[in-house]
Amino acid sequence: MTLQIENVTKKFGNFTAVKDLSMTLEQGSMYGFLGANGAGKTTTFRMILGLLDATEGSITWNGKPITYANSTHIGYLPEERGLYPKMKVEDQLIYLGQLRGMKKNDAKIASHQWLERFEVPHYAGKKVEELSKGNQQKIQVIASLLHRPSLIILDEPFSGLDPVNVELLKKAILDVQKEGATIMFSSHRMDHVEELCEQLSIMHHGESIVNGTLRDVKRGFGRQNVLLKADFDLSFMQQMDGVTSFKQTVEGGVFQIGEERIAHEILRSALKQGDIRHFSIEEPSLQDIFIEKVGKENA
Amino acid sequence: MRDFWTIFNQSFWTKAKTKSFMITTLIVVAGIFLMANLSVIIEKVQNVGMFDGGADSDTIYVVDESGQFLEPLQQQLDASESGLTLKSTNNSIDDLKSKISEEEIKSFLVLSINDSEIIEATYTSENANEFDNPMVIRDALQNLQTNLKATSMDLSPNEVSQLFAPIEFEQNAVSSSSKTEEELSQARGLVYVLIFVIYFAVFYYSNMIAMEVATEKSSRVMEIIISSVSPVKHMFAKIAGVGTLGLLQIALFGIVGFLALKTSSSDLTSGVFSFFGFSNVSIDTMLFAVIFFLLGYFLYATLAALLGSMVSRTEDVQQLLLPMTFLIIIASFIAFSGIGNPEAGYVQIASYIPFFTPLVMFLRVGMLDLPVWEPILGIGILLITIFILGWFGSRVYRGGVLMYGASQSLKDIKKAIQLGKR
Repeated sequence: MTLQIENVTKKFGNFTAVKDLSMTLEQGSMYGFLGANGAGKTTTFRMILGLLDATEGSITWNGKPITYANSTHIGYLPEERGLYPKMKVEDQLIYLGQLRGMKKNDAKIASHQWLERFEVPHYAGKKVEELSKGNQQKIQVIASLLHRPSLIILDEPFSGLDPVNVELLKKAILDVQKEGATIMFSSHRMDHVEELCEQLSIMHHGESIVNGTLRDVKRGFGRQNVLLKADFDLSFMQQMDGVTSFKQTVEGGVFQIGEERIAHEILRSALKQGDIRHFSIEEPSLQDIFIEKVGKENA
Repeated sequence: MRDFWTIFNQSFWTKAKTKSFMITTLIVVAGIFLMANLSVIIEKVQNVGMFDGGADSDTIYVVDESGQFLEPLQQQLDASESGLTLKSTNNSIDDLKSKISEEEIKSFLVLSINDSEIIEATYTSENANEFDNPMVIRDALQNLQTNLKATSMDLSPNEVSQLFAPIEFEQNAVSSSSKTEEELSQARGLVYVLIFVIYFAVFYYSNMIAMEVATEKSSRVMEIIISSVSPVKHMFAKIAGVGTLGLLQIALFGIVGFLALKTSSSDLTSGVFSFFGFSNVSIDTMLFAVIFFLLGYFLYATLAALLGSMVSRTEDVQQLLLPMTFLIIIASFIAFSGIGNPEAGYVQIASYIPFFTPLVMFLRVGMLDLPVWEPILGIGILLITIFILGWFGSRVYRGGVLMYGASQSLKDIKKAIQLGKR
């Protein structure tokens, strides 16, 4: 059960929405898909779902292209709420479950279990439009997980949820992953991706500019942060070889460096000036990487 | 196939269970009963005298200057069962006029005879739009005058009746497709009503389809649906679901209408009943009505679904449906104008143009004895058009439902096809 995307390109007329994208999702893995608005994430999802055809390249799930014949194994949460506003929550979930190949009764039982799990069983008889945005999102999530799909595509699943519900949803996603589902999700929130995903990809203008496992991505970024706290001015070291940037903070400063060796040199020369209260070498956050990679090209 | 029925059921029941649908249906049912019993109700209300403001409209005051007409005129009126009573009065005309304005009396009649022995009558009432009474009085006076003249010419009553014997006039037609005048007038009412029903139903349910599609698209639930079921299947299941609902609703109205007319006690309704040709309803005509409703609905619903898939917001649906609305309205114009002359050339031509066929061909089938191949040819062309439109529509639909943006124009059809290209 592997999702294989090979050299996929999608063109709309003269506009290239996705360019030569390749990735492999092993069964049971969690894949984070990052990118600014308009980077081509939704287009990629639509191609995976079979709603759009790739101009070039191929997308296969378990060796076969995804069509309506195997769509029952796929769960999809669109970026914007996609529910009937005037339909009751229960009826809605049953209907969407049936469309994914469930029997009516099974869909009913499953939807009640999920409502219970998300602590909203009392909404079963309410119309969707009566619910708050966050609760609608819960229903939307249930609709995408109800039929126990083996490939789950979540487009911005955490948007509109409060921190408590974000945790609830994270737990639910991790649970279905443990049951063997392959999950791919997009997000603007780097911390969520950092927390959940083993693999990730950053899209920019239709191209995957960074991809791999979280560790490789961080290592491959080739930069680390050195955090120093001292009572004297540290700015004299910003001209040192190997320091790419320096940022002054209230208690000291942050150096961005290319190699770990430089960190120790910084420490040594700092100690010559006085006492150091804190020294640490930190991996770059995804946020740093994203801003560096995507932000720079924009600038 | 299971998906098809799931969507079919969903679009049928969610529509059928909405409050607005139920209320509309109930109002129409109530309306049908009201219409069927309208004459009874009007009679009742008139008997109570609610509209007459106290003055008796059946009493007419007469100023008879010659003094010889009052009695024979009353006899004439009684003979024709008009229910009018004449009362002689000596008041002046101005006096009577003021009494009318004060609503003490309803009307008065001034009678005289001129030098050449012709009766001269002036009927005065508050408004000139009174229609029935003057008519009755005029006929009665005409008879009176005839009798008067006959007497003065020494004609016997027998001779008089010979003089006024009506001719026997019968209309025959050479064209093999035309029905006899009797058949035609019987068919006319039924066809008229059915054309209206088809026109209205096709229009109403196609609009419903477009709204449904646009609602699904604007609420983005469409993305989930078409990731589970092919858009083409979704489109046709929806059209079939709403179509079935429409058929059932019309059948309900038909049955209610039939029951209402059967149970309403007034003679007038049964008069209307036979005037509209309902007394011997032609099974063929009804069958064709159902066929043409279904075909017309499928044609326009497919078009509506196609157009509905192009908009991002439900507010824009009506604007994009405008060209389609025009097509239906033009078809109805041709059909209604063709009732008077179903063999006109333009009607014949229009009956083969697929967008007009459902109404115009039905008109011809209902009004004329057409050779069988004509409606079959029309239906054939219509079916082919539906298939072409269905094929084309599903291609537009596939891309259209994924398209979100501000511009809503027919130019986007090209964009939608490109997007939906496989």
